Amino acid sequence: MRVEDKGLIDRDRPVVFHFDGREYQGFAGDTLASALLANDVRMVARSFKYHRPRGVMTAGSEEPNALVTLGLGAAQEPNLRATTVELHEGLWARSQNRWPTLGLDLLAVNDLFAPVLGAGFYYKTFMWPRAFWERIYEPVIRRAAGLGALSGDPAQDRYERAFAHCDLLVIGGGPAGLMAARAAAKAGADVILAEEDTRLGGRLLAESEEVDGVPAVAWVEEIVAELAAMPNVRIMTRMAVTGAYDQGTYGALERLAPEVADRAHAPKGAFWRIVAKRTVLAAGALERPVTFAGNDRPGVMMAGAVRAYLNRWGVVPGRSTVVFGNNDSAHRTAADLQEAGVHVAALVDSRHYARCDLDVAFYPGAQVCGTAGRRGLEAVTIATAKGETRIAAECLAVSGGWNPSVHLACHMGARPVWDADRLAFLPPEGAVPGQRAAGAAAGEFSTRACLESGLAEGLRAASDLGLKVPKMSVPSAGDAAYDIFPLWQVPGKGRAWLDFQNDVTVKDVELAARENFRSVEHMKRYTTQGMAPDQGKNSNVNALAVLADATGRGIPETGTTTFRPPYVPVPIAAMGAGAKGKGFAPERLTTSHAESVARGAPMIEAGLWYRPSYFPRKRERTWRQSCDREVTMVRGSVGICDVSTLGKIDIQGPDAARFLDFVYTNTFSTLREGRVRYGLMLREDGHVMDDGTCARLGEQHYLMTTTTAAAGQVMRHLEFVAQVLRPGWDLRMVSVTEQWAQFAVAGTQARDLLNGLLDEPIDDAGFPFMGCGPVSVGGVAGRLFRISFSGEHAYEIAVPARYGAALFKELVAGAEAMGGGAYGMEALNVLRIEKGFITHAEIHGRVTAHDIGMQGMMSGKKEFIGKPAASRVGLLDPERERLVGLKPVGAVKELLPGAHLFDEGAEAVSANDQGYITSACYSPTLGHVIGQAFLRRGPERIGERVRMVDHLRGSETVCEVTGVVQYDPDGGRLRG
Amino acid sequence: MRLVCPVCGERDRREFYYQGAALAQPEGEEWGPHWDDYLHNRDNPAGVTRDMWQHEQGCGAWLIVTRDTVSHTVLRCDLAVGARA
Repeated sequence: MRVEDKGLIDRDRPVVFHFDGREYQGFAGDTLASALLANDVRMVARSFKYHRPRGVMTAGSEEPNALVTLGLGAAQEPNLRATTVELHEGLWARSQNRWPTLGLDLLAVNDLFAPVLGAGFYYKTFMWPRAFWERIYEPVIRRAAGLGALSGDPAQDRYERAFAHCDLLVIGGGPAGLMAARAAAKAGADVILAEEDTRLGGRLLAESEEVDGVPAVAWVEEIVAELAAMPNVRIMTRMAVTGAYDQGTYGALERLAPEVADRAHAPKGAFWRIVAKRTVLAAGALERPVTFAGNDRPGVMMAGAVRAYLNRWGVVPGRSTVVFGNNDSAHRTAADLQEAGVHVAALVDSRHYARCDLDVAFYPGAQVCGTAGRRGLEAVTIATAKGETRIAAECLAVSGGWNPSVHLACHMGARPVWDADRLAFLPPEGAVPGQRAAGAAAGEFSTRACLESGLAEGLRAASDLGLKVPKMSVPSAGDAAYDIFPLWQVPGKGRAWLDFQNDVTVKDVELAARENFRSVEHMKRYTTQGMAPDQGKNSNVNALAVLADATGRGIPETGTTTFRPPYVPVPIAAMGAGAKGKGFAPERLTTSHAESVARGAPMIEAGLWYRPSYFPRKRERTWRQSCDREVTMVRGSVGICDVSTLGKIDIQGPDAARFLDFVYTNTFSTLREGRVRYGLMLREDGHVMDDGTCARLGEQHYLMTTTTAAAGQVMRHLEFVAQVLRPGWDLRMVSVTEQWAQFAVAGTQARDLLNGLLDEPIDDAGFPFMGCGPVSVGGVAGRLFRISFSGEHAYEIAVPARYGAALFKELVAGAEAMGGGAYGMEALNVLRIEKGFITHAEIHGRVTAHDIGMQGMMSGKKEFIGKPAASRVGLLDPERERLVGLKPVGAVKELLPGAHLFDEGAEAVSANDQGYITSACYSPTLGHVIGQAFLRRGPERIGERVRMVDHLRGSETVCEVTGVVQYDPDGGRLRG
Repeated sequence: MRLVCPVCGERDRREFYYQGAALAQPEGEEWGPHWDDYLHNRDNPAGVTRDMWQHEQGCGAWLIVTRDTVSHTVLRCDLAVGARA
């Protein structure tokens, strides 16, 4: 219920929202949790395994119970903590893990079976019959247990990715963080102040206290105004720093305010990568529960959270409250409640020496040992020296002490350090380079100590950055010493919860210890303690204490589990923001793209490039009809194909020739100017890396082409050779792939077509086969190469990319006037298979020059990359699979790439494997199907028959082994 | 992870291509165990290691990066040119 005149909510701005279909009202400034508590909604969830009623327990992102689903359909977002969901108009929230409703949850029957559902029950109970596990047990268990569900539809939420750099990153905007940011900013540092909450202030927003002689909230506002006015400070609220990574890099999830995120086209949030020279971890501390029977009932809350709801949101979770603790946090809660006029039924302090100056029923040296209530807390049982007392209460505020938020100090593998005085793990020093902890995160629990350590760390960071440190003083504030007495679990009957989110009880941890899962990491995995979204925020230290007790060790010897990012759950959509569609795979388009699309060509991906598959014409109903026509067109008249996607690398310098001799297996220093040569490139391990042509444009000037697929790899390799292997050689190289548009003009009429376009006609003497040189097309300086990938008399003409689109249109128009036209990738592939040319289907990374019949291209007269490795005996073995041609000769006329080859009489099993098909197509020129294959002793078996068997597609063909070149083997057409 | 490219300055790891251990290429054309070591046999040190990286999305420079595989500290970033691996 709401308390008058309390809290930082805006009572002039009521907000209507829905929870489980019912309408409620809250105020601007509320969270969903505070608004539900204000409306006396105590039960908000069912637990993970036992479907126990659960209520709001905390007031922050550590909330284990109050997980809800927002939105419907594809926009549905499960497992959001009601404690961090900002209340806004139209908010529609639902409870989770219940059927049919939260009030009547039939799966609550699990709670009755609790004795057989302990840790690891599914390993023991559902063993037999074996087949039942996959079909029955697992689906049933998965349905019965769990949290919220995804819609199953593609996520529609928009997220962005963002990057930021700063001198100092301050994580947490409480008293320590504010002081650190202010100190460093005054020294001149670029500061980012990241706060997970919607506003700065941290615990100061949740307490009733003074700083610097004024109410803490007023002091916060003053500092925030000062920081906001400084140009070198960036205040980022709603920004949860999720992980610490190498070299000062941090991940952070920013959620936009609902009113901003609801705008059309606005993102819901952003995943940030922040790089900071220094970091102050001022993430505060989380209060830990005490473990006692029935400590999970709705109404049992953290004492600090009860104060937060009262002081920040003007809400009390019950009309009557019992406060229980082992430190002064409990007293503070009782005092605040009383001051607000809320009935405090009892103050139970487990410290036998504790004193109390409040007018309240005080039980020193006592403990809460049980609770009662069906859907919410109704009564609390207190164990005192004199016996047990039962007290009616709707709320039980519990404090077991405070755990510094050490997570971000431990993300790089270090373990936190146990402090026996504070009964808490502290951040290890120097575990994340450049990062230091301040305030409660460093175990400083009084406000004054937080301010002091924040200031000190802010100044220290500034000084480390080489800045002049200003003189600053610490404001006055409460500095009561932190007094705590060990209390981990209260003995007694009944289940006592450690991990509320995963329904792990003391008995589960004890069982794990009995079954010898004594290592904390084993215990965690056996019981699921601290797993999933919770990441042990509430539960870890208590669970360690129980495990330590059960195994007869201390807490420091028991150790902690590993802290891993993210600190709060991060939607995959946020982490992968921008990496969908074109963001994942950018599109590279050729200059002929628009014209190809306009001509109806389906575009296919080639790496990041898009290339036309074929150019359909009227009355062509299948791709094969178009492809066959395009092949015939090239063989009969002339065809045009955009080959700009091939990698083009311009290489110049006095040592360019010897460089090419070194990277190619064959020799290029002997190549004459104005000539082109085919070259083969090996990797250092002796296998084929790439092939292509290389033209000598001048004495010290070469232009290399690579395959489309390997262009990037070859460029990197060439740089490696030039910079690492032969650093003394004088040459430079640059990729000019994008600068030149290049088109193949192939066919018997290729020269006639070109001569209609070129400013000066060419002839066979000026451009013989494998010749190259400058040409002029419509006044544009271009280059012409007489090279062929089709086996026809062919050229490739290159012009600066800006003329590409125009030239393509002219070439195609000219070709069409001669009975030819444009051809696509399908026809290009058929033409090259007919001629026995290879692609990366053949040079797939595991083949040698010997395997593809190019052993003759490995020069014996010079050194080249891969030469020593290629000389290994095993790589020259005649038994190896070597390249051949194939054609079907039996009844079945099908060749399938990927299918394997066997001897005709042999059984088609892997032991008898003779090789495999790499490429196949129907050759309209030859009138039958042809293919390329790697076959054991292939070149020796030309004329023999082998059996192709495709086990996957269920196909079998009898084939004849042929030479690799199946059309025009002596190359007369090339030179003609 | 961030590397300081001697040409471009400190940059995010995503700009760099990782190749592997920085080793000197053996001399000569004869295949032998030294080539086998260069191509295939790698140490997996817990501690200081030297690897080849290329600032592929930047200046294209090949770098020899000396770093600690345990602490993830980057100790040195040198241009491979002139610093024969």
